Amino acid sequence: MSARREARLWVVQRASAALLAFCVAVHLVTIVYAVRGGLSAAEVLSRTRGNFAWMAFYALFVFAAAAHGSIGLRTVAMEWLGWKKSTADLLMWFAASGLAGLGAQAVYAVVRP
Amino acid sequence: MEVNELRVNVWRGGADGRFQQFAVPRRASQTVLDVVTYIQRRLDPTLAYRFACRVGMCGSCAMTVNGAPRWTCRTHVDRVARDGALEIAPLANMPVVRDLVADMREFFDKWAKARGQFTPTRTRADEFAVVKPASRQRMEADAGIECIGCGVCYAACDVVKWNRDYLGPAALNRAWTLANDARDGGQKARLHAVAGDAGCHSCHTTMSCTELCPKKLSPTRSISGLKRATLAIVLRGEDGE
Amino acid sequence: MKPARNHPAYWAFLVHRVSGIALALFLPLHFFVLGRAIDGEAALDGFLRWSHRPAVIAAEWVLITLLAAHLAGGLRLLALEFLPWRDWQKTLAALAAAFALLAGLAFALAR
Repeated sequence: MSARREARLWVVQRASAALLAFCVAVHLVTIVYAVRGGLSAAEVLSRTRGNFAWMAFYALFVFAAAAHGSIGLRTVAMEWLGWKKSTADLLMWFAASGLAGLGAQAVYAVVRP
Repeated sequence: MEVNELRVNVWRGGADGRFQQFAVPRRASQTVLDVVTYIQRRLDPTLAYRFACRVGMCGSCAMTVNGAPRWTCRTHVDRVARDGALEIAPLANMPVVRDLVADMREFFDKWAKARGQFTPTRTRADEFAVVKPASRQRMEADAGIECIGCGVCYAACDVVKWNRDYLGPAALNRAWTLANDARDGGQKARLHAVAGDAGCHSCHTTMSCTELCPKKLSPTRSISGLKRATLAIVLRGEDGE
Repeated sequence: MKPARNHPAYWAFLVHRVSGIALALFLPLHFFVLGRAIDGEAALDGFLRWSHRPAVIAAEWVLITLLAAHLAGGLRLLALEFLPWRDWQKTLAALAAAFALLAGLAFALAR
């Protein structure tokens, strides 16, 4: 049971990584484009407000990052901090819900019309 | 100290032991095993260490030499000595028996846990299995089959250190060679045995195993193969336990 | 660094892990700041003005470089795990490092 769960977490980690590879590439280009001539809220929000494509993109990005980051932190906690699996699992769920919650709030804040 | 002498720090005792220094004459083409043997024959006959073939076949003489695991019989002092000094300790990630002898029981038990045994499917009454040398499976098996079980990769692996259940590079490499053996009948049980956190999915591709393998094998390559081969089982959710 | 670990693949692993931890710790802050936009442009602009300090820009540059390193190192890992094995891993690690520095440079020039 445990082995199957670990293997499935590994699959989620790789699948989210593949999604993130796409999202981060887009994000890096957007950042470099956006910071030219200084960053302003008006400029950022005019791009994102009410734009369904950006909303879908950032929602996917947040979801993948929450999954990927939380599984990664779980592994680090077990390997580098010597946490028990059950404690590391709690950290994973805490990080996943925290990142997803804050991320969803951020996406809503920048894309709401 | 003369320049033609090596300063050699050798681990003495069990886990709570310490290093003892010896002076060993420098010779041409001297191996680390030559140095250890000199100490045992000339300086201190109570020194415990393990070797058998002296020619890189048996895999019994591996030790930690200046911080990295090496097969000592084919490691020249020239290559590893720093400022005329050597530090020789038993292999890491294994309990110390005494001096330079590590307890390799767990290391080999994990080969069995990874289903490293061949499971025959034919009897002597059957025809020979024909395996084409150029077939993909045969080439994959060939890439990993020369392992001599010296334990260097296991001692070099950080994941083994962090996760005591981790089967380790050698056992997983063995499992991968068998996973590519068309004659073997134990494939499903093997793939279940090598999946999960004790198995291939814990490997972080740090590749210290591949870097240090004296036979120049790549356990990382074998483990990557297992990661792909177990994918179907993981996704389908067949539970082997 | 122990001799057994002093090789490119181990360095790639360390960079990947440390950058991953840093990004995971940074994300909540990033989301929180963006969430301020819900109170209108002014709230976000207040933060953006604060972010013009050289120290903040330097931190941003570090984060961009870490993000690019984690992306490129992650692509390397996916290639090692899912593509047929080749003996060019060291080249891949070097390419990943080059990509991270290029992304950092692009950001520094644009900013």
